[in-house]
Amino acid sequence: MSLLELNDIKVHFPVRRGILFDRVVGHVQAVDGISLSVEAGQTYGLVGESGCGKTTLGRAILRLVDITGGEVLFDGTDLAQLPEEEMRRSRRRLQMVFQDPLGSLNPRQNIESILAEGMAAHGIGGNREERRAKILKVLDRVGLPDSALARYPHEFSGGQRQRIGIARALVLEPDVIICDEPVSALDVSIQAQVINLLEELQEQLGLTYVVIAHDLAVVRHISDVIGVMYLGSLVEEANSDDLYANPQHPYTKALMSAVPVPDPEVEDTRERILLTGDLPSPSNPPAGCRFHTRCPWKQPTRCDTERPVLTDTGSGHRVACHFVNEIASGELAPTSALAPEILGASGDGEPSGAAAETDADAPGQGGTPA
Amino acid sequence: MSTERNEPREPDDAARADGASPEGAVPEPAGTATTPTAGATTGGPDPAAPAGPERAESPLAKARMSKADKIDRLAQLTAQRTTSSGDSLWVAAFRRLRSSKMAIIGAVIIAVFVLLAIVGPWIAPYSPTAQTWRGEVFSNRGIFVGPRAENWLGLDNLGRDQLSRLLVGARQTLLVGVVATVIGFVVGALIGGLSGAALALGGRTGQRIDTVIMRFIDMMLALPSLLLAVSIAAVMGQSLTTVMIAVGVVQIPIFARLLRGSMLAQANADYVLAARSLGVRRRRIVLAHVLPNSLGPVIVQCTLVLATAIIEAAALSFLGLGNLDAAQPEWGVMLAQAQRFFDAAPMLAVWPALGIIITALGFTLLGEAMREALDPKLRS
Repeated sequence: MSLLELNDIKVHFPVRRGILFDRVVGHVQAVDGISLSVEAGQTYGLVGESGCGKTTLGRAILRLVDITGGEVLFDGTDLAQLPEEEMRRSRRRLQMVFQDPLGSLNPRQNIESILAEGMAAHGIGGNREERRAKILKVLDRVGLPDSALARYPHEFSGGQRQRIGIARALVLEPDVIICDEPVSALDVSIQAQVINLLEELQEQLGLTYVVIAHDLAVVRHISDVIGVMYLGSLVEEANSDDLYANPQHPYTKALMSAVPVPDPEVEDTRERILLTGDLPSPSNPPAGCRFHTRCPWKQPTRCDTERPVLTDTGSGHRVACHFVNEIASGELAPTSALAPEILGASGDGEPSGAAAETDADAPGQGGTPA
Repeated sequence: MSTERNEPREPDDAARADGASPEGAVPEPAGTATTPTAGATTGGPDPAAPAGPERAESPLAKARMSKADKIDRLAQLTAQRTTSSGDSLWVAAFRRLRSSKMAIIGAVIIAVFVLLAIVGPWIAPYSPTAQTWRGEVFSNRGIFVGPRAENWLGLDNLGRDQLSRLLVGARQTLLVGVVATVIGFVVGALIGGLSGAALALGGRTGQRIDTVIMRFIDMMLALPSLLLAVSIAAVMGQSLTTVMIAVGVVQIPIFARLLRGSMLAQANADYVLAARSLGVRRRRIVLAHVLPNSLGPVIVQCTLVLATAIIEAAALSFLGLGNLDAAQPEWGVMLAQAQRFFDAAPMLAVWPALGIIITALGFTLLGEAMREALDPKLRS
């Protein structure tokens, strides 16, 4: 059994309006029915564009946001059903590292106080000396000097602050750490350091990570399994090499095709899929497949009426698309009306792409709907 | 020398785990400048000192340069101290405050004012209430006695020494300002804190409590402050206490809204989320994280309100709602009394008015400087 298992998790934020007492006028469906499982000692990567609900999902696991429905099974217990106080206690085993290293540290606390906070909340380490000894050990692990103890967050650099954030989680000896965009606020050189640190810690301590990121390279590097999110739901899930080598969902294909290849010849000839249109509003998601409004492979049937579920296409590669097999076999070509900007090997795509951008309904130059 | 300067500015380097040894990158050019005799010439690397003709007028320019250099180095030293030791935000804010001209001027004005309020009755040359020169004023109706050797600021309409009245009046004025501010701060912070805590603790009940409290506060805010103060003073009867309470009550909604808004902003900060994810209890989150971080703007507001409180108290006294014993000097009362003789003796009104203005200015300056010092955007 997996260490962490999500079953049909839903997080809907009510939209309230009113003068004296607010009425609920709608819901933002930030996370809408996600099921996934994370094995102990593994790293699960969540990718997706801004606003797709990946951060909300991360927070829902810790119940930092209210869960509307579904189960969060951690080591066999359903966190979603736990009473407040028990949930608070079980947070010791599930920790979080935040995106903004400075914002997530209280500016009025020095490092010792920040790191001791969690221990005090869970009654770890009887007295001050014991706590300090433990804090020093953890600081050493994340590569910070002992002199950091008495200093304040604003006196550190971005990379160091993120180390403090990691140390704060480590001090509680958690089983799972949820890293919400752990490096996106850092310089590229520092990003590598922090990622290496996370990997080292995983090796030494047997940690399980859920890494939320929008940087595909970061996720690929650190993850064992990757889930791709679109508008509050999972569209594809596979182990990381498989996903990058063989993306099957149209959205994943588009996402992967955005990653530049460091080889000019390949880069010039490879197929790029540019999605048109904006992310639909999660308060009023499209019916059927969430992606059908932007999908280059959209079919007249099923796509806009029936919501696809994640199905295994072999060796644990799960895809939520009605036509995944047809797309994989090449039986279906992308429809030109929605995706006229697929730049083929010919390399003359530039002008036609620009023209199509201004007029999305322009008849394409090839590729007919099947 | 300059290596030492640079190091604390890049704390990340020192702790870089990968041991990229950045120390090696910095020191080469600096090492040459460390010789003690070079003290006068270290201005060399300064970009402001071009080579060539300037070098010719050497000794003077050199001396100047070295002086500037020394000052620079001194400044660097203090900068070093600020970054190396663990400075809490308050300490850092205080340091910034100390280096602000505005804050110093404000603090000096306030210090003088407080000193006057304490020692005023003792240093006043005459009794502020005795109508010592009554005969002199009364015998020549309509002609006021201006400044003279005996009475530096002249006499008032009843033949009392104006300087003595001003000095003694400082205490009452300060008392009114401070007490009114304390009333506004304590009650306002309690209401605002309750509201903010209810909201931060979360849940629909918390939101309801907050809504009810805030609508009530909005109603208070909707009344013009002076009108509210006048009504309170009118209901409670004429006394100094009334003035203090009236002015204090007017400040309550301002403090309440400010603290509540500040708490709300802090409650949504990442570090509060982080504290929750750590498993810190909600009550502790509100008391140990949200509240202390919300107090900055409220404390700044205190200094600003002190200025307005003095002015509003003066206005109430001016309208005749102040102290029953009109003989007791208070700047607002003095201003009100002088108004009747403004044509004949404008200076009678000018002195207390100046006192009020300068004091209010002092508090405003300090308040503004504090606001700037505590501004998180200036934190580095």
